[in-house]
Amino acid sequence: MSSTAGTAGQTVGPFFRYGLEIENGGLLVEPHSPGAIRLHGTVYDGAGDPIPDALLEIWQNAADGSIPTAEGSLTDRDGFTGFGRVHVTDDGAYEFWTLLPDADFISVVVFARGLMDRLHSRIYLPGRSDAFLESLDADERATLVAVATADGLRHDIRLQGERETVFLAFG
Amino acid sequence: MLAIRGRRRRRGAEGEHSTRVGVGRTAGGTTQWDWSVDRTHPGRQAVRVTELNQADISAEIAAKHAEYDAAREKGMPPLDSPLIDFAPYRSSVLRHPTKNPKLVDPETIELASPTFGHRDVAAVESDLTIQHAGEPLGERMVVAGRVLDGEGRPVAHQLVEVWQANSAGRYIHQRDQHPAPLDPNFTGAGRCITDAQGNYRFTTIKPGAYPWKNHVNAWRPAHIHFSLFGNAFTQRLVTQMYFPGDPLFPLDPIYQSIPDRAARDRLVAAYDHELSSPEWSLGYRWDIVLTGPKATWIEPEGSDA
Repeated sequence: MSSTAGTAGQTVGPFFRYGLEIENGGLLVEPHSPGAIRLHGTVYDGAGDPIPDALLEIWQNAADGSIPTAEGSLTDRDGFTGFGRVHVTDDGAYEFWTLLPDADFISVVVFARGLMDRLHSRIYLPGRSDAFLESLDADERATLVAVATADGLRHDIRLQGERETVFLAFG
Repeated sequence: MLAIRGRRRRRGAEGEHSTRVGVGRTAGGTTQWDWSVDRTHPGRQAVRVTELNQADISAEIAAKHAEYDAAREKGMPPLDSPLIDFAPYRSSVLRHPTKNPKLVDPETIELASPTFGHRDVAAVESDLTIQHAGEPLGERMVVAGRVLDGEGRPVAHQLVEVWQANSAGRYIHQRDQHPAPLDPNFTGAGRCITDAQGNYRFTTIKPGAYPWKNHVNAWRPAHIHFSLFGNAFTQRLVTQMYFPGDPLFPLDPIYQSIPDRAARDRLVAAYDHELSSPEWSLGYRWDIVLTGPKATWIEPEGSDA
C-alpha cells in the first residue's frame, strides 16, 4: 500500500512522437545477429481497427535471466539494456529486435492518443507459464501468450473488444 | 429533411486524419455526417455523429464526476488516476479496456527499471531555450521539482522527458495544423536525469493554450507533457503538468478525466518565487509521485444504493 498519494497519468496526446523519439528504439540488438528474435504485432482498437498512433515500451530480462543494469538505455545499442520503445506504424504495427529472455515474460507498457492512462501488460513466451498466467481462464490467457514465428514472436495487443488483452494492476 | 452543407476540414479530431464533413440542421440541433475515409476504413459509409458543444461535454463530465462521488460515499478510496472509460474525450471511446485490470504481484523485472544516465542525456537537453540560434518567443521559466515513489523515496538518476507547444500554442508536430505561428527557435522537447535526491529542472518558455477538435470550440489548458520512469517499471507514467488558475480547467475533458479534485489539483504546478531569477525568468515547482496502477475497487456485497 502506498503511503503517498500518486500523481495521476494523462493521455500521451496527439502530438507526442517528437517528444518521445529514440533513434533505433526498437533495436535492443542488431537485427539478425546471433540469438536475435523479431518480436512484432499490431495494436487494435475496440472496432478491430489498427491504432496508428500508439507507443509501446518493453522491458525484459537478459538471455541469462539477469536484470540489465548498464546505463545507456537511450543510446547504447552495443550492450543489452533490456529496454525498447517504438512508435507503431500507420498500420498499427510494431517491431522489436531483442533476445529471448530466460524468464516467463517480457514486460510491456502501452500508450496511445485517446488512451487516458498507460496500460501495463505482459508478453509471455510460448511454453512458459507462472501462477498468474495459470490463474486466468483460457481466453484471457490467450491474450497474453505470444505466438512463435520463423524469426521470433508475434503478439497482438487489443485495447478493447472480445479478445481484449489482459492488462495489469499491481499489488 | 436534412440540408447537407459540405465543407472540407484540414484535419479531423486532434489533427490525425483528413476529414470531410457535412453538417445538416435539424430541429434537435446540429447533426454532423462524417465522410472520413481514413486509412483503416477504406470505403467506409458516412457515419452520423452529433456535433457536440461545450455544454454537452460539460454535462457528460459532471455525470461522470457524480458517479465517482457516489462511489466515494459507498467507501471507495480516492482515485489517483484518470477514468479510462471517459467518453467526453471522444477519441477514447474505442481505445479503453472494458474489463478491470488483473491484480498481480510484480515479478523482479517489474520491480526494476531501465537504467539511464548522463551517457544518454546531455546536460544541455534540459534547456529548451538554447536548442536554436536565437531565443524563443514567450515567457521564459524554470520548471523544477522532485520525483518520488509511493513510499516517498526519491527516484534518483532516472530519465524525465518533456514536450510542449510553443508560446503561441503550436506544436512542432507535422500534424498540428493550428494556424498559430511556429517559432523557428523553439522545438519544445527536452530531457534530463534526476539527481541523487530525485530533483529535476528544466528551462523553457510557457506554452500557450491550443484548440483541438474534440468538440466545437474545444481548447486545452496550457500544459507540459511529462514522461517518467520510477524505481520500478510498474511506476512508469506519462502525464501533463498545468499552470495555476487556468480558466480552461473546468471545460477540459482530458484534465477532468481525473474525477478526484485533489488528484486534479496535484497536476497543477505552484508558482515559486525562489525559482524565479531577477531580469531573467519565472519559476514553477511541481513534484511528482509515482505509484503504479492499482486494483479496481469493487463495491462490497450487501451495500445498498
